Amino acid sequence: MGFLDTLLGRTKPVQPNLDVLFQLPSAAVTLEAATGFTPTGTGSVCFRPVEGRAFADVEKDVRELLDMSGAKSGTLPVEVTKDSYGFTWLVSSHMSTEVEDLVTDLHAVNSALVDNGFGPQLLCTLVAFRDEQQRRLALVYLFKRGTFYPFAPLPGERRDSGLELQIKGVLEGDLKMEQDLSRWFPVWGAPGL
Amino acid sequence: MVARTRYAPDRGLTVRMGLTMFLLGLVFVAFVAAIIGISAAVHASDGAIVFFAVVLGGGLAIGSFFYSDKIALSTAGAQLVTPQQAPELHGIVDRICALADMPKPRIAISPTDLPNAFATGRNSEHAVLCVTRGLMRRLTPEELEGVIAHEMSHVAHKDVMVMTVASFLAIIAGLLIRFSFYGELFGGGGRRGGNNNNNQSALPILLIIMAVSIVVYAISFLLIRLLSRYRELAADRSGALLTGQPSALASALTKVSGSIARIPTKDLREAAPLNAFFFAPALSAQQAQSKLGELFSTHPSMEKRLAQLAKISQQLGQH
Repeated sequence: MGFLDTLLGRTKPVQPNLDVLFQLPSAAVTLEAATGFTPTGTGSVCFRPVEGRAFADVEKDVRELLDMSGAKSGTLPVEVTKDSYGFTWLVSSHMSTEVEDLVTDLHAVNSALVDNGFGPQLLCTLVAFRDEQQRRLALVYLFKRGTFYPFAPLPGERRDSGLELQIKGVLEGDLKMEQDLSRWFPVWGAPGL
Repeated sequence: MVARTRYAPDRGLTVRMGLTMFLLGLVFVAFVAAIIGISAAVHASDGAIVFFAVVLGGGLAIGSFFYSDKIALSTAGAQLVTPQQAPELHGIVDRICALADMPKPRIAISPTDLPNAFATGRNSEHAVLCVTRGLMRRLTPEELEGVIAHEMSHVAHKDVMVMTVASFLAIIAGLLIRFSFYGELFGGGGRRGGNNNNNQSALPILLIIMAVSIVVYAISFLLIRLLSRYRELAADRSGALLTGQPSALASALTKVSGSIARIPTKDLREAAPLNAFFFAPALSAQQAQSKLGELFSTHPSMEKRLAQLAKISQQLGQH
């Protein structure tokens, strides 16, 4: 943000960075090789809905688009949930081997929002992983930073920080990881995790 | 492809705010020129009090700038809270910061029942966001989010710094009024003994400095209040665009202003020093309504704020 924008109090909503998402499939391979975590095939996009007709229409179009592509390939329909903070989550479920398809779906949602001028409303995209001990892990992509961070929830709203830092180290070469740990905000109860 | 944007800037507001700041700068330059002119006319015999006022005023401004977070928190009796102590509040702030790509501020809760919120601190790394228990009790999560987005926009706009710089002039003018007044009362006699050449002119010179300072103080006071009102409108606007829910912010505004007006005056007086930082000012009802009251107010009237939010809501809903 420029000096003049600050001085005149006209901050602009930040535009998201989308293309980085396509680095996820190769990162998933690295992650499995190093730690045994495999993708569950579930991923979600989280965004803040805008009041009014324009956004509602875009949201409806996106859902229909994903349902159509899902019906073709025989996967589950897209699930829509609202969390207690008023954010909407679109959850897309694929087979665990279809990480590319999942990323394509997520990207379709993101670019539909961006094309209609609602890019600044995108909060994060989340891809879920499990290991053999059924430990849960999510890679969270922050649209505005263009960075990823790991989120490993434990029962009782606690985080497995050790595991998260280990994952960060493993993926450093494949993905741009968020270096500022204060930005690793928890997404408790995120759908699809 | 360039993504289309729905977030058109409000040119009118930008121009008015820029003009206000320009006028403040102009008054500042005129003030400095006048003081230099006066001092030169008397061979700098009164330069000392001007120098003293600038040093003291600068010290006060820098002090309040660097300690703004601590001063405001202790005035509000607020306590910093961890994510474990206030998970919902931290959750809301986390999401707003991620949407706006801002560092997360420290979060404090003030135990007072007056529904309000403020953000302070000299930059976004040292920012503190404070909400009162009364606010959290009265507002729905969506409304609370709107208020927090408004406060975070203050942080993004560096309003503490802008208002400190803007007030610097008024602080110096205010100090000069006081110094020349006391100089008139007590200082005149002592100087007359040592400096015979100037003793005739010393008295009127102090009077002139005092008069100039009073005028500057009055003008800059009004300009600062005007600037503060524009910055509130700008924060409303950025906050509403950030969450995409201008109506939630509007509804929070009506709830907060309504209940502030109903709360007894004693609480209001305690809260008064914090007014400039608050989401909505703690004013009595009739003061907020009168035209003259608005001229002196740190916040724009409810009607203006609601009208702006309604306009944003309409823009966001268009295809």
